[in-house]
Amino acid sequence: MAGRGRGRGRGQMTFNVEAVGIGKGDALPPPTLQPSPLFPPLEHRAAPLPGGEEGEYMLALKQELRGAMKSLPYFVKPGAPRRDIERYSDKYQISSPVDSAIDWNPDWRRLPRELKIRVRRLQKGRTTILIPKGKQRVTLDKEETIKKLESLEKKEEEVTSEEEEEKEEEEEGKEEEEEEYDEEEHEEETDYIMSYFDNGEDFGADSDDNMDEAVY
Amino acid sequence: MTQAEIKLSSLLLREHFGEIVEKIGTYLIRTGTQPLRGIVSETGLLLDQVKKALCVLIQHNLVTYQLQKRGFIEYEAQCKRVLRILRYPRYIYTAKTLYNDTGELIVEELLLNGKMTMSAVVRKVADRLTETMEDGKTMDYAEVSSTFVRLADTHFVQRCPLVPETPESPDAPPLPAPTLVLNEKDMYVVPKLNLTGKGKRRRSCDEDETGEHKAKKQKQDGESSEPPPDDGIYWQVNIDRFHQHFRDQGIVSAVANRMDQTSSEIVRTMLRMSEVTTSSSAPYTQPLSSNEIFRSLPAGYNIAKQVLDQYLTLLADDPLEFVGKSGDSGGGMFTVKVKWLLEDLLTLPHLHPLIPSCLPLRFGSRCARIFRLLLRKKHLEQKQVEDFAMIPAKEAKDMLYKMLSENFVSLQEIPKTPDHAPSRTFYLYTVNVPSSARMLLHRCYKSVANLIERRQYETKENKRLLEKSQRVEAILASMQATGAEAAQLQEIEEMITAPERQQLENLKRNVNKIDASENQVDETIFVLESFIESTVKRP
Repeated sequence: MAGRGRGRGRGQMTFNVEAVGIGKGDALPPPTLQPSPLFPPLEHRAAPLPGGEEGEYMLALKQELRGAMKSLPYFVKPGAPRRDIERYSDKYQISSPVDSAIDWNPDWRRLPRELKIRVRRLQKGRTTILIPKGKQRVTLDKEETIKKLESLEKKEEEVTSEEEEEKEEEEEGKEEEEEEYDEEEHEEETDYIMSYFDNGEDFGADSDDNMDEAVY
Repeated sequence: MTQAEIKLSSLLLREHFGEIVEKIGTYLIRTGTQPLRGIVSETGLLLDQVKKALCVLIQHNLVTYQLQKRGFIEYEAQCKRVLRILRYPRYIYTAKTLYNDTGELIVEELLLNGKMTMSAVVRKVADRLTETMEDGKTMDYAEVSSTFVRLADTHFVQRCPLVPETPESPDAPPLPAPTLVLNEKDMYVVPKLNLTGKGKRRRSCDEDETGEHKAKKQKQDGESSEPPPDDGIYWQVNIDRFHQHFRDQGIVSAVANRMDQTSSEIVRTMLRMSEVTTSSSAPYTQPLSSNEIFRSLPAGYNIAKQVLDQYLTLLADDPLEFVGKSGDSGGGMFTVKVKWLLEDLLTLPHLHPLIPSCLPLRFGSRCARIFRLLLRKKHLEQKQVEDFAMIPAKEAKDMLYKMLSENFVSLQEIPKTPDHAPSRTFYLYTVNVPSSARMLLHRCYKSVANLIERRQYETKENKRLLEKSQRVEAILASMQATGAEAAQLQEIEEMITAPERQQLENLKRNVNKIDASENQVDETIFVLESFIESTVKRP
């Protein structure tokens, strides 16, 4: 009731709009009925960027830093997508670092124990490449190929594990079958799916990844 | 954490560490402290990936962990620290200006790797420097070590908290996580190392075959021999110290703008003398006597003692109070008001006017005039604004409302009667500097996020072209190495057509512009953040 005498047809406010400066009869901007546009028109141009040696140098630094960080081991790349069909060339391609591997050596004394990823798997994986079922001759050739591939990776554990595997290879042949199961997770080399045999080793160590593979 | 900060952090993490780390970092920033299981279940990533990413984040001081009483570990992200990634080039450049290339590389290695031991840093930097030197020359470890020691002495690098050396009983299981402690006194103590050696040059490609086997063996030897003497002592970059340095630079340039070169040199000397003794949040430096200042002036300045005293008095009497006089012993004790006179710096036009410069770009120079008027007079009525600013009423109204809608100015009600009747109340326009600063800061975060996104978009659009040009360059390089004729090189170069070349030029120019803008906005962010921090009262 109090506001009826004044400003009919215009927004009525609780305070005296005249004091703020909106005089009678002034046209107020129309009410906005939609969110502001994504790219509002630029009324005033921005000031030019300060150039100079310092600016140039920092620019170069920034771009270099970006590039450098991409190649460091800290840049965590998502694991290579699993191919749906196993291809022959997979055997000879340089395998990308396995998901569970860390390419650098953090100081484990400073980190919580739960963050440590077991590297045992990698050893097993390597064992299986070196020992395809039965054929020891072929094994040796493969070993050399694998050695060359491995020299691109930087883990010393592999060096030691290779020596271990050489010993293992002479000793047993039965273990191959057990390790086929692990191998399957990493290198799909064989035609046989050995998921029948569960040696219980992965109980607890295996998390629920690799669910995209059919488990019989 | 505001939405803008979270968005910017996630963009920075993705660009520097990849998607997986970004997902986990963003999740932690958004939800606070979480245990490992929580992270895995919420982000839907594989357990191993989460572990890897957490290791990376902890290594770079972006995430901290804490052992809770019930035996599980919680992880917490430091959002502010993630935003500092934007400022890395500035830190490296500052190190270069202070300590030359060696210092620059040391700081760069530490920033890229998060934390490192001193021996590892020295070795890497020496190798890198050797690469750039001429054939036959190598960089000595001792030189690099001495620069490192200087960096530690001036507090630019500091030690990380250590694993406590508690003798554990053999029966007790090891703790699931170490609780790192740091003794204040030891923070800058450099371990006594006997680093001898020279930088190694990377072997050329031909020797790779034989070289690698040897390298592997060497590494084996290196690993199997004893751990380096400073094992377990890690160093990190002391970001606060760099900020202090930037702040000092700001003060010195402000003094230079207001007065002259000599007075700015005096202030710079005073600041340098008290670099290490002033903590980062102290409002004033330690008092320095004018005798001490006189002795520490740089060699080039031959001003007499009386002249120095005159300058000091002038500085102390200045209404902006750069320098305060705190006593008379030793010829007069002076301090520098280090708690950055940001309010003044932000608003007074002849210093480094930040807020008033943003306005003309958005609203026009007249708005800026009104704004400065309001800053000076604090509170003004509508009518008074028009009169003082000498702007016609209609325009003044328009501008005031625009600024009001963007929250640069606010209304203050002063009632004349107890019932606050609108017709009998004064409405005064005023500027609230801290809140304007916060709003501007929020805007800055948004702008940087927009800039990064735009840059990524531009790069993605032209990805095919970029790859093609990289391939062509690689071919050219290999052909030049094997000695091809000019005609063949010409042919290869023509694989990239002229319009494509033009497109590449455009792309490069745009990306450079955007990068430079990001650096520029980051400078603004620094000033605003320091100001806001100084207004927050510490207990």
